[in-house]
Amino acid sequence: MNTFDLTQTSVREVNQYLHDLAEPAAIEILEPKGAHAVACGLKAPLHVTIRGPVGYYCAGMNEKATVTVHGNAGTGVAENMMSGVVRVHGNASQSAGATAHGGLLVIQGDASARCGISLKGASIVVGGSVGHMSAFMAQSGTMVICGDAGDALGDSIYEARIYLRGKAASLGADCIEKEMRSEHLAELTDLLTVAGIAADPATFRRYGSARTLYHFHSDHASAY
Amino acid sequence: MAQHPEESFDWKRFFEPYGVTSMKVIASHCVTIAHGQSETIRAQLERNDAGVTIMSVGSSMEIFKEKGLPCEVMKMFHLEQAVGSHAIGHTRMATESAVTTAGSHPFSTGSDLCLVHNGSLSNHNRLRRNLQREGIRFRTENDSEVAAGYLAWRLQGGDSLEAALESALKDLDGFFTFAIGTRDGFAVLRDPVACKPAVLAETEDYVAMASEYRSLAHLPGIENAHIWEPEPARIYTWKKSATPALPATQISLAA
Repeated sequence: MNTFDLTQTSVREVNQYLHDLAEPAAIEILEPKGAHAVACGLKAPLHVTIRGPVGYYCAGMNEKATVTVHGNAGTGVAENMMSGVVRVHGNASQSAGATAHGGLLVIQGDASARCGISLKGASIVVGGSVGHMSAFMAQSGTMVICGDAGDALGDSIYEARIYLRGKAASLGADCIEKEMRSEHLAELTDLLTVAGIAADPATFRRYGSARTLYHFHSDHASAY
Repeated sequence: MAQHPEESFDWKRFFEPYGVTSMKVIASHCVTIAHGQSETIRAQLERNDAGVTIMSVGSSMEIFKEKGLPCEVMKMFHLEQAVGSHAIGHTRMATESAVTTAGSHPFSTGSDLCLVHNGSLSNHNRLRRNLQREGIRFRTENDSEVAAGYLAWRLQGGDSLEAALESALKDLDGFFTFAIGTRDGFAVLRDPVACKPAVLAETEDYVAMASEYRSLAHLPGIENAHIWEPEPARIYTWKKSATPALPATQISLAA
C-alpha cells in the first residue's frame, strides 16, 4: 500500500497521483488535518483510506473509488459523486452528498444541515441524525436516516425516497409520509446491509413527494 | 483602548484633560486607565476632533485592530508577549464596505464586549438609520458594525446578552454566524438558515470555535476534543470557571 502524509506532500500532489492511477490500488493518506478536496475527482476503482479529519469536498465527484475517512468530514463530502463508495467513520458537516448522482455515501455519525441537498440518484445512509433542510429538492436516489431529522426535511422534494427511523422536527413543503411497501422494505434492508449499519428496517418510516409542487396545474392555464 | 493612524501621535496631550492615570502605547494604539463610568468616558472621548478612535472600553478587554498581513500585524502589536484568556483570528473578505482599520473585526459592542461576524446583513441600512436615531454612532458603512451597534443598543437598554441575541434573531435579516467575546467567556449564534459555517471544539481546558476544522487542527488535545457544529438560531454561551488555571477560548472566523 502506498502511504502519503499530508504534512509532507501537498493535496495537489496526492490527488494528481490518484488521478494518474488507472488500475485498482490501495492508498493510505495520513495527517489530513482538515485539508480541503482530499481524494477529489477520482475515476478509478481505488481504495483510499484517510486517517484523520478532512475539510471541504472530500471525495467530491467520486467515480468508482472507495474512499474511507477515519474522522469527521467537512462541508460537501462526496458532493456530486457519480459512483463508488464513500464512508465517514465520524460526523459530516453541511451538504454531505450534495447533488450526488450515484454510488453510496455512508456517514456513521451525524450529518449536519442540507445533507443530500439536490440529490440526483445516489444512496446516502446516515447512522445518526441529519440537520435542517436535508434532502432539499432531492430529485432521485435514497436517503436513510437512522436518527432524527432537523427542520424542513425533504422540502420541495421530487422523486427521491427518504427512510427515517427517528423523528423529523418538521417536514418541508410538499414532503409527506408514505406507505412502506414490501419493495421499500427490501430496498432499505439492502442499503442497511451494504452500509453495515445494524438497524431494524421495520422501525423506519418512508417520506417522499406529495407531487403537488412540481406539477403544472391545468387549473391555472387560464392565468396565462 | 484608543487608536490613532499616526504612531507619533501625542497621546499624553490628548488624554491630559481626562485625568488619565496611566498610559501604554503599542504601535498605533494606546491603552489607558480612566476612572469613572466607562460608557460616559467613551461618549466624551468619541467626540474628539484629533482623529482618535476609541477601540474598546472596559476592565478586561482591549481591542487592537490594524490592517495588513496577519504576521505583520501580530509583530506590530507584540502579540507573542500577550497574555489572556481569549484569542481571535479573523480574515475578512470585505463585501459591504472598504478594507480599513475601522471596518476590521472584532467590533466593540460595549464594555468588555466584542463581536466577530461572518456573513452579510441585508437590512443594515435601515437598521443603521434606526439605531442612529437611538443615539448609536457608526464609523463605517459596514454591516457587521450595525450588528455590533444593535447589540450595544439592546445591552444599554438593560437586556442580558442572551436577550439581546434573542432579539437579534428577530431584527437582523441576512446571514450571520456571530462570536461574541464577553468579559468572562463567549457566545455563539448562527442565523436560522445557518449558511455560514461554524465548528466548535470543547476540552477540559478550552472551548474553541472556527469557521472550519482546519483552524482547530493544531490545537493541543484536539484529537480527543468534543467537536460539533452549533445549531441554527440557538444561543450558546460559555463562562470561565473560577479555578486558577483559566480555560482559554479561541475563536477563529472567516467573514
